[in-house]
Amino acid sequence: MKYLLLICFDESIEVAPGEGSPDAWIEATRGVRLDGSRLRPPADATTVRVRRKPGDPAAEEVLVSDGPFAETKELIVGYDVIECENLDEALNAAALHPVARFGAVEVRPFWTGEDAEGK
Amino acid sequence: MSAEAAVAAAFREEWGRVVATLIRLTGDWDLAEECAQDAFTRALERWPRDGVPRRPGAWLTTTARNRALDRLRRAATEEGRLRRLAALAPAAEADLAGRRGPGEEARDAAGEAAFDRLGAGEPGETGDEPDRLRLFFTCCHPALSTEARVALTLRTLAGLTTAEIARAFLVPEGTMAKRLVRAKHKIRNAGIPFRVPPPEFLPQRAGAVLAVLYLLFNEGYSAPAERHDLCGQAIRLTRTLARLLGPRPPEQGHAEATGLLALMLLQHARRAARVDAAGRLVPLDEQDRTRWDAEAIREGTERLNAALRLGRPGPYQIQAAIAACHAEAARAADTDWAQIAALYARLHRVAPSPVVELNHAVAVAMRDGPAAGLALLAGLQRGGALAGYHLLPATRADLLRRLGRTEAAAAAYREAIPLAPTARERAYLTARLESLTGRGPGN
Repeated sequence: MKYLLLICFDESIEVAPGEGSPDAWIEATRGVRLDGSRLRPPADATTVRVRRKPGDPAAEEVLVSDGPFAETKELIVGYDVIECENLDEALNAAALHPVARFGAVEVRPFWTGEDAEGK
Repeated sequence: MSAEAAVAAAFREEWGRVVATLIRLTGDWDLAEECAQDAFTRALERWPRDGVPRRPGAWLTTTARNRALDRLRRAATEEGRLRRLAALAPAAEADLAGRRGPGEEARDAAGEAAFDRLGAGEPGETGDEPDRLRLFFTCCHPALSTEARVALTLRTLAGLTTAEIARAFLVPEGTMAKRLVRAKHKIRNAGIPFRVPPPEFLPQRAGAVLAVLYLLFNEGYSAPAERHDLCGQAIRLTRTLARLLGPRPPEQGHAEATGLLALMLLQHARRAARVDAAGRLVPLDEQDRTRWDAEAIREGTERLNAALRLGRPGPYQIQAAIAACHAEAARAADTDWAQIAALYARLHRVAPSPVVELNHAVAVAMRDGPAAGLALLAGLQRGGALAGYHLLPATRADLLRRLGRTEAAAAAYREAIPLAPTARERAYLTARLESLTGRGPGN
């Protein structure tokens, strides 16, 4: 199964330089990790929504706003895509990520299309 | 035993095993439950007529498997189901023919061997049933909410209906049904594995399973009598888990499961004495100890000793040892409070919690006098971790009462009463207050 790891942490937490460096983790998850990257901070994010136009229900408009979709203290600072046999293996990989020690790693299974019941 | 009684007994003993095996074979939790249900319905029709089979568990599993085959055959137009059918067929056919196939069927052979032991009249004390053990770990997986873990465990391992679980937890049946459906979807969609965790994760994950079972027990323990069966279910499940974890290294899981079983048996032994005829709570030191269940105490003590012999101590074993100190005292005055205080201190070292500190303070008060206990309570109060917990002021009230400080004791009871979570506990504290002052809480 494919899982997305959302690497999150609270900006207010002081971290020593290099403490969250994933280099060793990337090395350790070779064969499991398919893709991933650090992300620019939420200050550089732009959010897009498409909504019905007020007063003209037939038309839609694109709403662009600055900043992230959700204002939370925990910021998504990076992501990784991993392929594992099951959730336990994904959780093990997530637990080894350096940011898990001071931040958090959310593990989300990819939508497979097969199991629509959970929507 | 009548055939109906045999079916009822098989339901208690075999439901979880049948469901677990069907889940492994089909990967479909709903199908597994439905087919297990069908197999028991079939047993109710057939056993009175044809006699109880020599190996009821094997009969039920085979019947449920065949039922699953039928259902999948009928629904086999879907490709996914066809694949499952292919996976299912050799096992079921080998089973019917009394043969054992290679590969995947090797595990079935282990299951068959366990059925053989059961059939021989030995209640499987040494049985190794990987499917049911897998089911425990999947139902109690930390990726599921605590409520979902409890509900799934009762449904799939104990065989309670959704309506029964809803009643036990005082929620509408629809709410409970949704909770179970969501949990099953998460198991499938998030890829929660159906397996026993590898040894390096086993102690922690076994701890998560035990926490669910103890929660279940406590839910029944603090509830009115009509929900007491939750205690019985928790004991049955813990007994099964302790047995299944038996031969598996590391032994920590088995030792703690056995310790939890001992703890439940020793606490449950007091059930007839802890509530009086009017439904009021009776404190430990006032209970009629002749009404304690001597057989449960004997088994609990025996289980505790067996657990301690493994040399892998843990919080449940320590709590069971404390319960055993109480159980072994013929009169309240005979209680070995020095030992209990030492055990609470040890418990606080391995599983620190303010509730344990509170209990330690009570034991110290019994050993060294109420003033020593009050000094420890003052420290706890300053810490603030137990703010809003009724047993903190209730304990203080009791110690003040014993020191003859009636006014201060009454004030502490008045503080405790509105914090108590159940009507029964509020009634108990109110009665204590009244016996102290001769007046009610509002005066």
